[in-house]
Amino acid sequence: MITSLFFYLFAAMTVASGLMVITARNPVHAVLFLIFSFFNAAGLFILMGAEFLAMLLVVVYVGAVAVLFLFVVMMLDINFDDMREGFRRHLPLGLIIGFILMVELVLIFAVPETSVGVADSFSSRSNTAQIGDVLYTDYIFLFQLAGIILLVAMIGAITLTMRHREGVKRQSIALQNARRRDETVEIVSVESHVAPQEIAAEVNADQKVLR
Amino acid sequence: MGAITLFHYLTVAAILFTLGAVGIFLNRKNVITILMCVELMLLAVNINLVAFSTHNGDLTGQIFAMLILTVAAAEAAIGLAILVVYFRNRGSIAVEDINMMKG
Amino acid sequence: MITAIVFLPLLGAIGAGIFSLLKNDAGGYAVTISAMVLSMILGWVAFLGHISSGADTTVVLANWMSSGGFHVDWALRYDALTAVMVIVVTTVSTMVHIYSVGYMSHDNAKPRFMAYLSLFTFAMLMLVTADNLVQMFFGWEGVGVASYLLIGFWYHRPSAHEAAMKAFVVNRVGDFGFALGIFGVFALAGSVELDAIFSLAPTLADARMPFLFWELPALEVLGMLLFIGAMGKSAQLGLHTWLPDAMEGPTPVSALIHAATMVTAGVFMVCRLSPMLEYAPFTLDFITVVGALTAIFAATIGFTQFDIKRVIAYSTCSQLGYMFFAAGVSAYPAAMFHLTTHAFFKALLFLGAGSVIHALSDEQDMRRMGGVWRKIPVTYVMMWIGSLALAGFPFFAGYYSKDMILEAAWGQHASTGQFAYVLGILAAFLTAFYSWRLLFMTFHGKPRASAEVMSHVHESPAVMTIPLFVLAIGAIFSGFLFYDLFVGHHWKEFWGDAIFILPQHEAMEAAHHVPSIIKLMPLIVGVGGVALAFIMYVAIPSLPGRVAGAFRPLHQLFFNKWYVDELYDAMLVRPAVRLGRLLWTRGDQRTIDAFGPDGVSGMVGRLSAVSSRLQTGYVFHYAFAMLIGVVVLILWYTRTFGG
Repeated sequence: MITSLFFYLFAAMTVASGLMVITARNPVHAVLFLIFSFFNAAGLFILMGAEFLAMLLVVVYVGAVAVLFLFVVMMLDINFDDMREGFRRHLPLGLIIGFILMVELVLIFAVPETSVGVADSFSSRSNTAQIGDVLYTDYIFLFQLAGIILLVAMIGAITLTMRHREGVKRQSIALQNARRRDETVEIVSVESHVAPQEIAAEVNADQKVLR
Repeated sequence: MGAITLFHYLTVAAILFTLGAVGIFLNRKNVITILMCVELMLLAVNINLVAFSTHNGDLTGQIFAMLILTVAAAEAAIGLAILVVYFRNRGSIAVEDINMMKG
Repeated sequence: MITAIVFLPLLGAIGAGIFSLLKNDAGGYAVTISAMVLSMILGWVAFLGHISSGADTTVVLANWMSSGGFHVDWALRYDALTAVMVIVVTTVSTMVHIYSVGYMSHDNAKPRFMAYLSLFTFAMLMLVTADNLVQMFFGWEGVGVASYLLIGFWYHRPSAHEAAMKAFVVNRVGDFGFALGIFGVFALAGSVELDAIFSLAPTLADARMPFLFWELPALEVLGMLLFIGAMGKSAQLGLHTWLPDAMEGPTPVSALIHAATMVTAGVFMVCRLSPMLEYAPFTLDFITVVGALTAIFAATIGFTQFDIKRVIAYSTCSQLGYMFFAAGVSAYPAAMFHLTTHAFFKALLFLGAGSVIHALSDEQDMRRMGGVWRKIPVTYVMMWIGSLALAGFPFFAGYYSKDMILEAAWGQHASTGQFAYVLGILAAFLTAFYSWRLLFMTFHGKPRASAEVMSHVHESPAVMTIPLFVLAIGAIFSGFLFYDLFVGHHWKEFWGDAIFILPQHEAMEAAHHVPSIIKLMPLIVGVGGVALAFIMYVAIPSLPGRVAGAFRPLHQLFFNKWYVDELYDAMLVRPAVRLGRLLWTRGDQRTIDAFGPDGVSGMVGRLSAVSSRLQTGYVFHYAFAMLIGVVVLILWYTRTFGG
C-alpha cells in the first residue's frame, strides 16, 4: 500500500519533471529539472530493491553529469529570449509521433507475464554485496572496458577543448634540459679602449639575451 | 490501488522514453536540450533494465544498467566538450543554425 | 577461263584501291588497265570459241547459302547471251578505262576512279554470268552501288551527290520489284536457279498465285515484278528520272554505265528470262507498250535540250525503249543485236562529247559552242560516225539492228507491235533530227564561245582518241559483221538455248518478210530528220526560236521533261519528307525521347531534387526520421509476428 503510494509519487514526479525539461525556457531550469528527475528515478530504483544502482545514479548522474551540464550552461553565453520559437509549429506532428511510439511501447509490454508483482528479493546479502559478487568475477572484462571508455572520454574531452593562448609564458622542461652550451654561450673578446655602447650594440645584434 | 506490477514500471519507462524522443524533435533553439533528452532516454532504458532484472531475479540487468551509466557519462562529457568548442567557433548554439550539411 | 574474265576486274579494282591509298596514280592505271585488257582479250577468245563449239558451260565456284530447301551457289554460266554481253562489257569498259587516263588527267583521285570503274565492270560481269536469280541480284545491286559511287565521284559538288542519291533511290524502287519477283519465283518454283526455273516454266504456265487482293496468273505476276526491276535499271518511262541527272558524273562514266552496260542490264535480264516470259503474254505486251512509249517520250525531250550530254542521255533512254519493245514482241535476238551495236556507237558519242567538252574547257552547253569543226577534226569525224550509226544509215551498225527491230515489231502482226512500229518510226525521225542538231550546233556556224575559250580549243591526246577509233570500228562494222549470226540465217544456232521463243511468236521470222515500204520507212524518216535539222540550224538559224515560240506550250512541255520530276516531287517526295518530319518530331522526339532517355533523365533529376530536400542539415530532423523509422518498424514487426 505504502509502496504503491510511493511508486505513484515517484513515477508522477519523474514524468512531470521530464516534461519540464523539454519545455523549460531557461536552460538552467531545464538542467535542474533533469536533476530532479534523476532523483525520483533513484527513488524508483530503491523501490525495486536496487539500492546500489540508485545511489550510483545519484552520485554519478546527478553529481557529475548534471553538474557538468550546469557548468556548460552557465559558461556559454546563451541568449534565451527567443528560445521558444518554432515550438508551437511542430508540436502537432511531434505529439502524434510521440503518442504512437508510447502506445506501441506500452502495448508490447501489456502481456500477462508482466503483471507479476515486483518485490524485493528477500535475501541475506544486500544488493551492493550481490553486485560486488558478480561484478569482479563474471563481468570483470566489461568492468575494465568501462574504465577504458571513461579514460578515452576524458582524453577526448580534454583534447577537444584545450586551446593555447598566445603570449602565455610557459616552461618547457624538455627544452630547458636539452640546451647545449654551444648554442647558448659565446665568448667575445672585447677591445678595452672601445666605448661601452658600441660593444653593447654588437652583442645585442648577435645574440638573444636570456632574461 | 492494486499491486505494482512490472507493467507499471515499464509504462513509466515508456513515457519517459517518448518524452525524451519528442523533446529532441520539438526543441529548436538549444543543443544542450538535445543532450538532456538523450539522458532522459537513457534513464528510461535503465529503469526498464532494472525492472526486468528484479522481476527475473537476475543481476545481469543491473550490471548492464551500471555500464550504461558509465557510457552515458562518457558520452555526455564528450558531447558537452564538442558543444563548447562549437560555441567557441560559432558563437551560438541555436540548433536551427546548424545546417551546414544541408544538401 | 570464264572465272578469270569475271574476277580480273575485281583484282584490278582492289589493286587500284590500294594504289589510291598509296596515292600512286601510275600504279592505279597500270593494274586496272592491264587487268581489263586481259579480260577483254579472254572475253573475245571465249566468244569466238563459243561460236565455233556452241557449247554452254557452267562453272560452280562455291556454295553461298544453304537453308532448308533454299540452295544458292556462286556459279558462272556461259552461253550465247553471256558471250555477247561479256564482249560488249569488257570491250567498252577497256576503252573507257584507257580514255579516262586522258580525260581525268587533271583530277586528284585518279586511282579511286579507276578502282570504281573496275569494280563496276566486275559487278556487271557477275550479273551477266549469273546462274541464279540471287547472284544476278548481287550483280544488279553491285552495279547500282558502282553507279552511285561514280555519279557522285566529285562528291563535294552538291548537284553530283544529289544526282547519285536520286539514281540509287529510283533504282531501289525497281529493285524492290525485282526482289519481290525473286521471292515469288522461289515460292512458285521452289528454286532460284535459272535452269530449274526454265525447265519448270511450261508446266507453270497456267498456275495462279494470289497477289494483293486478286488471284492472277503466276507467271504474269512474276514477269511484271521482274520487269519493274528492269524498268528501274534501264530508265524506262516512270523510273527514268535518274538518267539525265546521272550526267553529273564524269563523261567516261556516262559512256560506260549509262550508255553501254548498266542500263542495258534490264534488257539483258528480260532476254535471259525469255523462257519464263514467253508464257506471260500480258507482260510481253506491257513491255512492248512501255518500251515504245519510252522511245518516243525520251526523243521528244531530247530535241529541246541544250546540254550536250543530256541530249545523248535522252537518246540512250529512247534507244533502250527500242530494245524493250523488240523484246516485248518476242524478238529477243534483235534486242540483243541492237544492244551490242548501240553500246559501241553510244559509247563513241559520249566519249566524243567528252572530247568536245575537254576541248572547249569544260563547256557543256551547246548554245555556247559552234564553229570548231576545223579545229578538232578527229573528234568531228568520230561524232559523225556515231551519229550515222545511231540514225541508222545504211551499212553503219545502227542500220542493221534498228531496222531489224522495227521490222520485227511490224512482223508481230498484233496491235501492240504495230503501235510500237509507228512510235518507233516517229522516234527514228526525231533521233536523226536531234543527232544532227547536236552536230550542227556544236561544230558548225559562227563560234558562240568566248574568244578565250576558242583560243584553247585543241584536239584530244592520243590516249583519248585511240579508244574513239576502236569504238568507231565497232560502230561501223559490228552491224554488218554480226547480222547473220545474231538475227540472220544462223540466229537459231547461235543463240541456242539461251533464248527461248514460242513457236507462235513469229516476229523474228516475219521480220524478214515485211513489205518493202516498211523496210524503207526508217531510212526515209532518217533523211527527213537530217534535212530538217540542216534547215533549222544551218540554213535559217532563226527558225528554231520562231518555231519554239509558235508552239510555246508544247515546247515548254518537252523542255521541262513533261514535268515528270515535278510530278514525282509533289506526289511522292514531299509527302515522304513530311511523313519523315512528322515521325521525327512527334514520334521520335516527343514520344520516344520524352518517355525514354530524356524522360528518364529528367525524372531522375527531378526525383533527386525532391529527395535532396530530406537533407536539411538539421540533426534533430535526422533524429526525428530515425524515430519515425523505429515507430514504423515496431508497428510492422508486431503486425507480422503477432503481439
